[in-house]
Amino acid sequence: MFGSLYSQNPLLAQFRRLEEELDEVFGSSTSWAGGIRSLPPGTFPAINVGSTEDCVTVYLFAPGIDAKKLDIAIQQNLLTVSGEREIPHDEKATYYRQERSGGEFRRVVILPDDVDPDRVEASYRDGVVQIAVRRRESARPRQIAIR
Amino acid sequence: MTTEVTTQAVPAGNGKQSPLNAGSTTTIRPLVDIFETAEGITLHADMPGVSKDGLNLRVEGTNLLVEGTIGIVPDQQMSALHADIRSTLYRRSFVLGGELEAEKIDANLKDGILTVRIPKRPELRPRKIEVSS
Repeated sequence: MFGSLYSQNPLLAQFRRLEEELDEVFGSSTSWAGGIRSLPPGTFPAINVGSTEDCVTVYLFAPGIDAKKLDIAIQQNLLTVSGEREIPHDEKATYYRQERSGGEFRRVVILPDDVDPDRVEASYRDGVVQIAVRRRESARPRQIAIR
Repeated sequence: MTTEVTTQAVPAGNGKQSPLNAGSTTTIRPLVDIFETAEGITLHADMPGVSKDGLNLRVEGTNLLVEGTIGIVPDQQMSALHADIRSTLYRRSFVLGGELEAEKIDANLKDGILTVRIPKRPELRPRKIEVSS
């Protein structure tokens, strides 16, 4: 699905590859979604952003968080999501691997210019926060009849 | 004890792939915490987007295979503007030691976190040995 989202559009895939190469050379500052506010790859939570004609959807892969404590704010086309992830630690146990990260997180996503900040819906399911922001009617492609 | 095996991702389907859809056949290696108590080994794996139906947990011999498919189905018309996650399949496997009771594994999936508990054989649990004077 997310893989195929990319594969369907060869141009986008090529662009992504170029972006990755640039990332390697310059760091991740070229990442589209956050611009100068973007965080290094592997930062919790991972984010996917998908777009249709009438909606932009942001997916945050944030397993095991309390959705009620999540703070989602939108200002114009700047979406900010912050929250905290608690990972209980068993003091008596012997740990072999601790790859999962906990603590506070905050991510900023720059959305396309034509989103309507008053029409946002968010949900949390199976560890994924889904935030759908509608695009303004006026920005949608229209058929123009020739008289 | 569990030891991790590095496995090569097997391309799905007929194995034919172009560089452009490489993203659809690669797998995501879920991040894990593994710890041991007197009773056994516990594994937590982050697998956001996977529901119970998408989870595949198997023991093959001494191998524990953890697999899960992300169940989010986006709009057909949707194009990606940004993607940290570029595959829909999580996969990782572990080797279980003989002291573990693979047939008594207990698993639970909640909010995208998989918890697997593998008990130790009772006779192999640590015993405190009293020193007689």
